[in-house]
Amino acid sequence: MSGFNKVVNSYEEAMEGLEDGMTVIAGGFGLCGIPENLIAQIKTMKTKDLTVVSNNCGVDGFGLGILLEDRQVKKMISSYVGENALFEKQLLAGELEVELTPQGTLAEKMRAGGAGIPAFYTATGYGTPVGDGKEVREFNDRKYIMEESITGDFAIVKGWKADTYGNVVYRDTAQNFNPMAATAGKITVVEVEEIVEPGELNPAEIHTPGIYVNRVIKGTFEKRIEQRTVRQG
Amino acid sequence: MALSREQIAQRIARELQDGFYVNLGIGIPTLVANYIPDGIEVMLQSENGLLGMGPFPTEDEIDADMINAGKQTVTAATGASIFSSAESFAMIRGGHVDLTVLGAFEVDVNGNIASWMIPGKLIKGMGGAMDLVAGADNIIVTMTHASKHGESKLLKECSLPLTGSGCIKKVLTDLAYMEIKDGAFHLKERAPGVSVEEIISKTEGKLVVPDEVPEMTFS
Repeated sequence: MSGFNKVVNSYEEAMEGLEDGMTVIAGGFGLCGIPENLIAQIKTMKTKDLTVVSNNCGVDGFGLGILLEDRQVKKMISSYVGENALFEKQLLAGELEVELTPQGTLAEKMRAGGAGIPAFYTATGYGTPVGDGKEVREFNDRKYIMEESITGDFAIVKGWKADTYGNVVYRDTAQNFNPMAATAGKITVVEVEEIVEPGELNPAEIHTPGIYVNRVIKGTFEKRIEQRTVRQG
Repeated sequence: MALSREQIAQRIARELQDGFYVNLGIGIPTLVANYIPDGIEVMLQSENGLLGMGPFPTEDEIDADMINAGKQTVTAATGASIFSSAESFAMIRGGHVDLTVLGAFEVDVNGNIASWMIPGKLIKGMGGAMDLVAGADNIIVTMTHASKHGESKLLKECSLPLTGSGCIKKVLTDLAYMEIKDGAFHLKERAPGVSVEEIISKTEGKLVVPDEVPEMTFS
């Protein structure tokens, strides 16, 4: 690695430094735009006691769901975890902690974390169990709760294309949580479908500027579909 | 007769106005997209990060990178935009969405809504529902008026953990359309052939009934 070249050539290198007990922020919504190979690498590494921040927890046998198989996850911070039988089993058995967080609050926690904002006020969750124990402030006759931001030891991100400097573009709705996750990791690892030379991506169309990105790796992706819905053509 | 799922969707569709940005929740609210009146344009917002949701793809168009908030494969309509989840919830939380339609387990006379958690059953999460109810001014809740056992879901006070407090002003059930204000449900319309007495008997919270309650009509 030299200068701004962020490219690494193996998944071992991509996740080097991940240790037991760390916090990992993962991009993706459902199975769309998930860093599937980086997740598989965490499984291979057998890292334990992880706190994983991700909107969902994959499904049985795919995505973040595979990290449950060897009980690598201590705590999940998510907005919706309903697609996963193993998750349910471990949760009911008390083997897994879950902190359910409204989807917009979760996105904003990552965004704020990456932007150096320690906390923010939101009306979302006021008067609900989500607001329990949180500071309440009134602005313009409306009540808001304080939510603290999130940063991670690692952020794992799925992009479409990146240049070697780590500038990233996402494809369609596979963008979702990835740009916020990318800003919020001490070490941000982006896996992409294609790596290009600097100058090949339009600077005005970069979603994640390279300053946020530490490592880039090219992968191949299964891209599993959760709900295959079609109309007659 | 209680309204069918399709009739509920048809009735909600009458609330759509030309130029509206609309977020439709999972289930019956999604069906509203099938009844957008002729001659008006609306754009559907999907909270994973799509404004301008199109129809489901054909078999040839299926793309794993193109899904809606229900994780179904979709297409982008002409003029759509795609963005991050933070941007998507900035739209929602900043009050930029003109109409939000979602389901619920219970609502009460103070505009509280419970829709995400039944204690003792597995909690799957609130997804974007808390953001949607806190962020939108114009929300329609759709639900059945009473449970299968006849217990009212229109209450003095929600019994389940809340999704949002004091945020619901319009409710459409299979029996009636009501507005919520001043600590009461106000009966505005009834389903064809459903009596005011039946609606009263199935509404636990205070219900204000005008002299005339028009019947909904469906073509």
